[in-house]
Amino acid sequence: MCTVCGCSGDGATISEAHGHSHDHAHSHGHDHPHTHTHADGTTHSHAHGHGHAHGHDHDQHDHGPHHPDDHHHPAPDAGTLDYGTGPARAHAPGLSQARMVEIETSILAKNDDYAGRNRTRLDAAGVLALNLLSGPGAGKTTLLVETLKALSGRLPCAVIEGDQQTDNDAARIRAVGVPAVQINTGKGCHLDAHMVGHALEKLPLPPGGVLFIENVGNLVCPAAFDLGETKRVTLISVAEGEDKPLKYPDIFEGADLVLITKADLAPHVDADMATLEANIRRINPKADILTTSSRGEIGLSRWIAWLEAARAARLNDLASAREAEASALRAAAGGAR
Amino acid sequence: MHEMAVCESLLSAMEEAAKAQNFSRVTRVRLAIGRFAGIEVEALRFGFDVVTRGSLADGAELVVLEEEGTAWCFDCSDTVPLNHRLAPCPKCGGERLLPNGGTEMKIKDLEVM
Repeated sequence: MCTVCGCSGDGATISEAHGHSHDHAHSHGHDHPHTHTHADGTTHSHAHGHGHAHGHDHDQHDHGPHHPDDHHHPAPDAGTLDYGTGPARAHAPGLSQARMVEIETSILAKNDDYAGRNRTRLDAAGVLALNLLSGPGAGKTTLLVETLKALSGRLPCAVIEGDQQTDNDAARIRAVGVPAVQINTGKGCHLDAHMVGHALEKLPLPPGGVLFIENVGNLVCPAAFDLGETKRVTLISVAEGEDKPLKYPDIFEGADLVLITKADLAPHVDADMATLEANIRRINPKADILTTSSRGEIGLSRWIAWLEAARAARLNDLASAREAEASALRAAAGGAR
Repeated sequence: MHEMAVCESLLSAMEEAAKAQNFSRVTRVRLAIGRFAGIEVEALRFGFDVVTRGSLADGAELVVLEEEGTAWCFDCSDTVPLNHRLAPCPKCGGERLLPNGGTEMKIKDLEVM
């Protein structure tokens, strides 16, 4: 049973940190009885046979300011505009009337809510969480394996791997002695904050360390979903073509860091590094850009230095925030004396 | 095709609203989708039909209000209107722009019964 959320199953499978998996497809179903009781005690069992489903054609802006006193429902949300209080006073038994319900919220509000919970959890543990995004084959897993080897004994790390199928990537991470949870999204084309929340339950978070979340390889879809990460890192290999940032701007737009990978291949694929970099800057003038290779001379040193600086900044920020909280509490205690 | 996931999220938001605000059927949904929200409206419509089948919003009309984009121009140090991601700044012709408006996807309102 889902303790995070009481969720309605996303079809994803999430492995244990040591490699076994269990099926995480809740099927709580969407069993919404079409029966409900109004404040006046009327119980509707909607058969939708009232014959005027679209007959009102409200333009709600013509109805003037809304009158809270007119609400018929018990404790309606403050954001409700009830246009069901027309001449028919539609909540008479057996009669229904279309009304407008104002929502004004992000479609992805639920994801953002889970992302917020993940963030709270990562803040509490003092973890720098990085969301790694790229198309398939840009070298995310190889970069991770080499990075984890370089950080071994220096920084505690953990990894969440996202792929549609297989736990090959988590196995590669575990082979270098780092705990990894594999999320298989099934048909899903991206990780979402809900899946990551479940993965966090299974992963021993390294206090003060770094959590790498390797997203599903995809240059489009993962961009829209906040996972609760501290920073976004988008990878693009030199072999992918200089104009990828222009063709797929979303994934570059939200990046804090763009890593140009496989730089050792640049001479073999006629990569125009200056144009690639200019195109990244055009889409995202704010991002840091670093060139790396998991093999060969260029290496990972600049990326490792970026990581260590980002972790130090993260821990300092969290420490300052907690010091501020502590002083506020001390001041409150002093004031009460 | 993350539009399918977006539609699932939309359905779950409608189901929650139905519980909280006591309705059993949605006949029209109005969404505001920003130009830079990363949503392909045709894919969204397809996803909506598939995802809402047999649900409280089965057959509901989907109205998509497309919202204009704006961007921060690093050269003007100002927010400027932008209707294409790769268009230059309409004020200075510069290309160092980062969208700061029209990036959201919102549910505006529902017509319900």
